[in-house]
Amino acid sequence: MTTTYVLRGVRPLGGEPADVVLDGGRITHLGAPGSATPSSDTDPGVVEIDGENRLILLPGLVDLHTHLREPGREDAETVCSGTRAAAAGGFTAVHAMANTTPTQDTAGVVEQVWRLGRDAGWVDVRPVGAVTVGLGGERLAELGAMADSAAGVRVFSDDGKCVHDPVLMRRALEYVKAFDGVVAQHAQEPRLTEGAQMNEGVVSSEVGLAGWPAVAEESIIARDVLLAEHVGSRLHVCHLSTARSVEIVRWAKSRGVEVTAEVTPHHLLLTDERARSYDARFKVNPPLRTEGDVEAVREGLADGTIDIVATDHAPHPVEDKDCEWAAAAFGMTGLETALSVVQATMVDTGRMSWADVARVLSQAPARIGRIDAGPAAQGRGVGVGEPANVTLVDPAASRTVRGAQQVTASANTPLEGMELPGVVVATFLRGRATVLGGVPVDAGGEDGSGLAGRVGETEAVAS
Amino acid sequence: MRHLLSTADLAKDDAVLLLDTAAQMAATQSREMKKLPTLRGRTVVNLFYEDSTRTRISFETAAKRLSADVINFSAKGSSVSKGESLKDTALTLHAMGADAVVVRHQASGAPHMLAHAGWLDAAVLNAGDGMHQHPTQALLDAFTIRRHLVGAGSDAGTEGTDLAGLRVAIVGDVLHSRVARSNVHLLHTLGAQVTLVAPPTLLPVGVETWPCEVSYNLDETIEQASPDAVMMLRVQRERMSGGAGGAFFPSAREYSRKFGLGSQRLSRLPGHAIVMHPGPMNRGLEISADAADHPRSVIVEQVANGIAVRMASLYLLLAGSDTADDERTSL
Ligand SMILES: [Zn+2]
Repeated sequence: MTTTYVLRGVRPLGGEPADVVLDGGRITHLGAPGSATPSSDTDPGVVEIDGENRLILLPGLVDLHTHLREPGREDAETVCSGTRAAAAGGFTAVHAMANTTPTQDTAGVVEQVWRLGRDAGWVDVRPVGAVTVGLGGERLAELGAMADSAAGVRVFSDDGKCVHDPVLMRRALEYVKAFDGVVAQHAQEPRLTEGAQMNEGVVSSEVGLAGWPAVAEESIIARDVLLAEHVGSRLHVCHLSTARSVEIVRWAKSRGVEVTAEVTPHHLLLTDERARSYDARFKVNPPLRTEGDVEAVREGLADGTIDIVATDHAPHPVEDKDCEWAAAAFGMTGLETALSVVQATMVDTGRMSWADVARVLSQAPARIGRIDAGPAAQGRGVGVGEPANVTLVDPAASRTVRGAQQVTASANTPLEGMELPGVVVATFLRGRATVLGGVPVDAGGEDGSGLAGRVGETEAVAS
Repeated sequence: MRHLLSTADLAKDDAVLLLDTAAQMAATQSREMKKLPTLRGRTVVNLFYEDSTRTRISFETAAKRLSADVINFSAKGSSVSKGESLKDTALTLHAMGADAVVVRHQASGAPHMLAHAGWLDAAVLNAGDGMHQHPTQALLDAFTIRRHLVGAGSDAGTEGTDLAGLRVAIVGDVLHSRVARSNVHLLHTLGAQVTLVAPPTLLPVGVETWPCEVSYNLDETIEQASPDAVMMLRVQRERMSGGAGGAFFPSAREYSRKFGLGSQRLSRLPGHAIVMHPGPMNRGLEISADAADHPRSVIVEQVANGIAVRMASLYLLLAGSDTADDERTSL
């Protein structure tokens, strides 16, 4: 028997308080406070949650850029631990990046990841397919086979590496048109960034770390928007990080180029000043940039030039961060803090509404990934008849980030010790609670089984 | 002073105290009995991840002349991606009871991590980290400049003085040079005016915010700035070929012609100007043999001054103002 959830006095998209009922995997009721009739007093199958006219109801968040690390680096994260963290962060779907070992470059591997996600049951896992075989940048992977597979891949990316060969990029952009796919580019001109460690600028000159110049990102984005315009394809720009990247995307959109762009929470919040500590938790690719860049990406997100926020959640084991900066891995975790960072930088500063948050963290990423329709649709509105993929957020609560206490199997958060606003209270995947009272509900799978054992294994490895 | 990691951390008073202490140390070194009992019973570890026989021997000599026990821990090749992690090495040194760790590492920031990660409580002395800092090199350079240009060839009368009003040109591969970074901060703190001279490819983006002037033309700098000291930086041969970033300049001959110090340029310097080089030199590339061996060259003396400056650094870190440590020393 499935549970019916009655959410009383919640604010859909931050609007006026309402009662919302989740039943049979759908939103079955949306009305004024007091209008919802099912009651836990009379029906044991009903659970009521009091939103106190304060909790905000958002469509379940959708991440277009998650590194789940399985297969290959289960010491950093597994599909199970990563998606559990995603649910804790308010997500109901994540796109799993292709740089696994083996690479997600065949129908077989993407189906494997897709199945691991389905069995875990925390969120919908939508594998991203590699653009080139083994992320090698030389031969196109079997994009059509991945698109036709059970995983139904629509987003293709060599993320971690840039598809730098212009001919290969052109071919990929053209080829995926056949199945309405999109190429998500990690924009990094490789020759300009050999050995690069951090943003090239004032700080790098002083701390003596090799620079990653902004132009290495901007030159690829400029080339790619021109290629996309030339062949009439969709292009998605991953983790855009500089002021001029925002300008280039703005210009391309004004020309009608079908380009979308994402920014990460960390690029909305942090600058390269952090590298002065030589603390490798701040080492990420693309690197943290300057104050001016942070301001530009916030402005770009607010005015719609940047379409979405995506986490680039990149878990790493302790030993890959607790070392010399040059020896450390790039990347930081983000699934459990993304919403809080967006609230802190965009909502609490008055630059965006909660409806905008729903757009940039749910609806737009689902649309870009083409998972916004069909039986497992994500990123829909909060309305009667829509799938009950929703998350409930307390915007007035706050918490201090502790990497060791996060749900992800890795502790490499750049926000350690930082107090952030906003706490995810509950998450529902097609009407089933994956998070209640701010804590993951350890029973999952579409059939409600098989989860506890896998999560237990993960914890054993992490301890 | 708890650690010596970067000259950017040194206030002017600290820097002058280091130079004054080095002068006292240098005075003891002209005696027949060079050894001082100051650091008896203290353990100094030389932790070298990079080959640098010159710097290691200089630190080793300095520590031994202060009667410290010296352990040489060569970790070359075991760094960064292979072998024992920096953390495990640090924990080992802590267990061995190291009082000071002198560290040379190819990764910028490694000494900073040793000092601040909580792995060990020894004093950390940066003996050169990546492209970041080499503070004792800058201190010995400042010491040498003060002796010649303030003290007329000896330390007499230099106590308590800084380098106010002196002009220093630092010439060459600034981009990759920890020596240049350390000197810019220290010489500026001491009141000198620094001009960096290099082709634009060998200057870092961001150099415009450093407390110094920048020039692309050595001849112009000699004419217009009349430097009191010219410091030539070593140019690594690999900067001329492809390598990671491609060649930084067209050829050794062009570099030498535009940025090398030979007798022609030497003759256009003010009569009192001194010629410096941190070594090892590429004779014929950044400096000609006649410039290197010229009477105004203080390059060999820099080596001797290195020992005095390192003695002063170890002394101030381990026996300086900490009374508890002083008691321990006297036991
Ligand atoms: Zn990427």
